[in-house]
Amino acid sequence: MSRQIAERRDARSAAQLPGAHASIGNSSPVLIVDGLTRTYAGAARPAVQDVGFALGRGECLGLVGESGCGKSTLARCLLKIEEADAGSIVLGGQDIAPLRGRKLRPHRRKIQIVFQNPAAALNPKLRIRDSLLDPYLRLGREAKLSRFAFASREAYVRQLLEAVELPAEIAGRYPHELSGGQRQRVTIARAIGIEPDVVVLDEPTASLDVISQGAVLDLLTELRASLGLSYLFISHDLAAVHRMSQRIMVMRSGQIVDRFGADELFADERHPYTRELISIF
Amino acid sequence: MKTMFLRTRRIRPESKSGTRKSRLQAIVAALFVLLVASASVYAFGVLKHDPTLTDLRARLLGASALHPFGTDHLGRDVLTRLLLGGGQTLGYSLLALGAALIIGIPFGLIAGYKRGRIDRLFMRVADGFLAFPDTIVAIVLSGLLGAGIGNLVLAIVIVKWVSYARLVRSTVLSESQKDYVAVARTNGLSDARIMSRHLLPHIAGNVLVLASLDLGKIILLISSLSYIGLGAQPPTPEWGAMLNDSRPYFQSRPELMVYPGLAIVSTVLLANMLGDVLRDRFDVKKEAQP
Repeated sequence: MSRQIAERRDARSAAQLPGAHASIGNSSPVLIVDGLTRTYAGAARPAVQDVGFALGRGECLGLVGESGCGKSTLARCLLKIEEADAGSIVLGGQDIAPLRGRKLRPHRRKIQIVFQNPAAALNPKLRIRDSLLDPYLRLGREAKLSRFAFASREAYVRQLLEAVELPAEIAGRYPHELSGGQRQRVTIARAIGIEPDVVVLDEPTASLDVISQGAVLDLLTELRASLGLSYLFISHDLAAVHRMSQRIMVMRSGQIVDRFGADELFADERHPYTRELISIF
Repeated sequence: MKTMFLRTRRIRPESKSGTRKSRLQAIVAALFVLLVASASVYAFGVLKHDPTLTDLRARLLGASALHPFGTDHLGRDVLTRLLLGGGQTLGYSLLALGAALIIGIPFGLIAGYKRGRIDRLFMRVADGFLAFPDTIVAIVLSGLLGAGIGNLVLAIVIVKWVSYARLVRSTVLSESQKDYVAVARTNGLSDARIMSRHLLPHIAGNVLVLASLDLGKIILLISSLSYIGLGAQPPTPEWGAMLNDSRPYFQSRPELMVYPGLAIVSTVLLANMLGDVLRDRFDVKKEAQP
């Protein structure tokens, strides 16, 4: 009986308009997603279905769910790597969902992504220096960078490596000469180098060992504070999400089934699926 | 007992035989280059014969200081023609190869990167070209456009570009799925820039290996088609054509056929060796090993 009530209430809250939730960070949301749906050709049900949320400035919003629940598809839609079938992605006051090509380019700077596997996210044939310069050379020129002001290529790359606590001599190396943790730091440096508003972290620690995981999470927390970044932290690791985020959303079969503040994780009114996740973890 | 079993099954380290093989290849290649270089210096520095000047009084001469390899049936110096003929054969082979690369690489890049309808269309066209065997295309083109080295090169390009397009496409197809291409796209890189900056470096090794292995085949093709009269036309010195010219004198002066024959064989072998060395160098599996 009480479970039924809880389910009904969660269904209602998931359907509520984004932004209506309490405790959205300290100012107006930097990213508002509404009704986002993405169906792959030939699939029986959408990979992402009617997802909506708001991300406050300086906030870290966690997104948990099992493999294949649509987390990564959501990330790819937000980054416009894939196009959503329906819904809006309001980034800094502008809906980028319908934008393409040249019109989209000025908005690309505001959102960046860190992928799960840094070995695949770095071109093995490019030196670290060149990978780090890619975003700036295409998107960063128009931006007024405050922390990573561009004086010269060398100086810019050195600043970025410093920010992620990597030695400067790495700039001339190739990705395969680096450890997994170092590589992930490089992809983080690349993502923050043009000082975006939002960084989507798609399981950034899933391919790292436990010690590197902790170090990378600490680094991410520190960068969020010092650069005023907002994170959408995607993970299947409830512990990591709980540690990083102020608010948490639970995704299942393409839908957000539960959302709550990080301190309410163990509260009784949690969705049964959330409780299942907690019990596993 | 167990250790004994393991010991007998232990595989001999591969690197030892590998270095020995490549060292032998290097020595052979160096000797060949030295031979060609010294012959060139001798022919052009000391002798200075005109490769097309006929002198019927001096026809079919044996080896002498003036004509180290003798003269052919029209009294032309064989060594000079052999050296210049190498330039012809190799030059046209490289020309054909270069043209095949210039057509094949962008074709494969675009097909592999764009996928979908463009890919299907491109690859059907490529399959169409693949259906024709190279010798047949060369003979048909010679029949249609007339015999000549230009048409022969055209025929080779028509046949060979497809394999480069397919090779490049398959590499690009797998590489462009990787996250770094997605990141490049989110960073506002244009398709052309992604192809040139991010994808082109991945195909260079494979293409170089295939090209050097193809070089030997193309040299053979040009020589053999020149031999049957579809390639270089007289009096152009070309190895295949020289073989044909010497055929009537096979009984009295067999070395006139042996010289260009040896030249073709050794050049093809050298090209294949180069291909082997490059393949070892760019072998993905070896690269992955620590």
